[in-house]
Amino acid sequence: MTNRRTNEEGWRPRIGVLAIQGNFASHAQALGEARADAVEVRKPEELAGLDGLVLPGGESTTMLKFLEKRHFFQALKEFCAAHPVFATCAGTILLAREVRNPAQRSLGLLDAVVERNAYGRQIDSTILSAPSTLGDEPLEMVFIRAPRIVETGPAVEVLARRDGFAVLVRQAHILAATFHPELSRDRRVHRLFVEMTAAAV
Amino acid sequence: MPESRENRDSSPRLKVGLAEMLKGGVIMDVMNVEQARIAEEAGAASVMALERVPAMIRAEGGVARMARPGLIKEIIKAVSIPVMAKARIGHFAEAQILQELGVDFIDESEVLTPADEAHHIDKHAFTTPFVCGARNLGEALRRIAEGAAMIRTKGEAGTGDVVHAVQHMRQITKEMRILTVLTEQELYAAAKELQAPYELVRMVAQTGKLPVPNFSAGGIATPADAALMMQLGAEAIFVGSGIFMKERATPLDVENDAKERAEAVSRAKAIVTATTHYNDAKILAEVSGQVTGTMKGLAAASIEESQLLQTRGW
Repeated sequence: MTNRRTNEEGWRPRIGVLAIQGNFASHAQALGEARADAVEVRKPEELAGLDGLVLPGGESTTMLKFLEKRHFFQALKEFCAAHPVFATCAGTILLAREVRNPAQRSLGLLDAVVERNAYGRQIDSTILSAPSTLGDEPLEMVFIRAPRIVETGPAVEVLARRDGFAVLVRQAHILAATFHPELSRDRRVHRLFVEMTAAAV
Repeated sequence: MPESRENRDSSPRLKVGLAEMLKGGVIMDVMNVEQARIAEEAGAASVMALERVPAMIRAEGGVARMARPGLIKEIIKAVSIPVMAKARIGHFAEAQILQELGVDFIDESEVLTPADEAHHIDKHAFTTPFVCGARNLGEALRRIAEGAAMIRTKGEAGTGDVVHAVQHMRQITKEMRILTVLTEQELYAAAKELQAPYELVRMVAQTGKLPVPNFSAGGIATPADAALMMQLGAEAIFVGSGIFMKERATPLDVENDAKERAEAVSRAKAIVTATTHYNDAKILAEVSGQVTGTMKGLAAASIEESQLLQTRGW
């Protein structure tokens, strides 16, 4: 990092974790391990002053119901359009341009088409290790009732794949995974996001 | 690039992983497709498919069993959120059927009539994760030893009276706090007293929490009840009879009566909001005011000892 603020001793970015529902607590812990300060976000006004945001896994329909109240949807869309954002699983569904199975409303900021529950039910959940662009060591990927990214636009860089389909992608200030890096010990994905956030400050 | 490969021993992590995804959410008991749709629309994180909610089982009596496969399949088809279903305590064949049907979580539940008076299901033998009820730390750790991926306080199901859910949550959190100040030597005796495996007792002593998510159930009927349990340390809420019941044994008619449907919707939405904003009294006051009608309920203290559901489980 060449950024002035990140060179300051002990400086850590303040990253929000959308805490409507889901495993926001695991993300908060993972962010701490990746040298960021995590803040739980339950209301639109709590987005103010954050350097970045994590949209965690959980149930995307539950999150959507909350976003449709108190002008949260629009506030979140504006924040995510202008700040670094890291989405996992349900968060990736929220961020996508288009959602299938079933079709549902989304923020439309990630140029990708996402199919919900594409690998089946919980009995089809699995943990895989696969190569990624994050280094030589294979990346462990925990898939839980995972969605599938079935299409990506030209601005989307694929960082890891499962059976040919993108599972970890980056588009400018957006990082998105269909698996759960917060449930693995490996902190490379969170570290990448913290670096993206620090670089954007 | 080499193909991705499957990791060994992934099962316990995947089971607890799904439980993690349900945190901060509400799991609602539903008896038909329409109720399941209302639950999903209200923002439930999951639904529990069953034939009769606990309040009806209590009122009608008889043997309460696993829901029929046709009902479970219909509900799985109707919603995109995870679907849970209950198996009787010790009834591993019911659990095998539920796994085969593709339910996402199996509740080995004291609400149904127990099938075994000594043994619980060996939950490690399944790919599908299990949730089990507990009234105290020893019971919780025995269930975790058997492979449960989520614990819920039992409370007293089907009453709409939160008193036992509170008692069980306070009991478990108190017992965990006590373990954190014991010496290494004292932990062996604590394991003996708790009738739980030493390794799990030691784990709790080190972390101060259960090794799996700890949810709350049994008598939660209002948004305030949900907020109370979350503030006491529950990580998510199960609501059984509190949303779709009118009188003790009569459900709201959500299929044919628009007014009763609206009542169920108002309760479901309010409890979901209260569970997320459990620490925000302003929002709690607002959503509590939006609820029309509440399940009449049955004071748990008036129930005879032999009629309690929470004493089932060993």
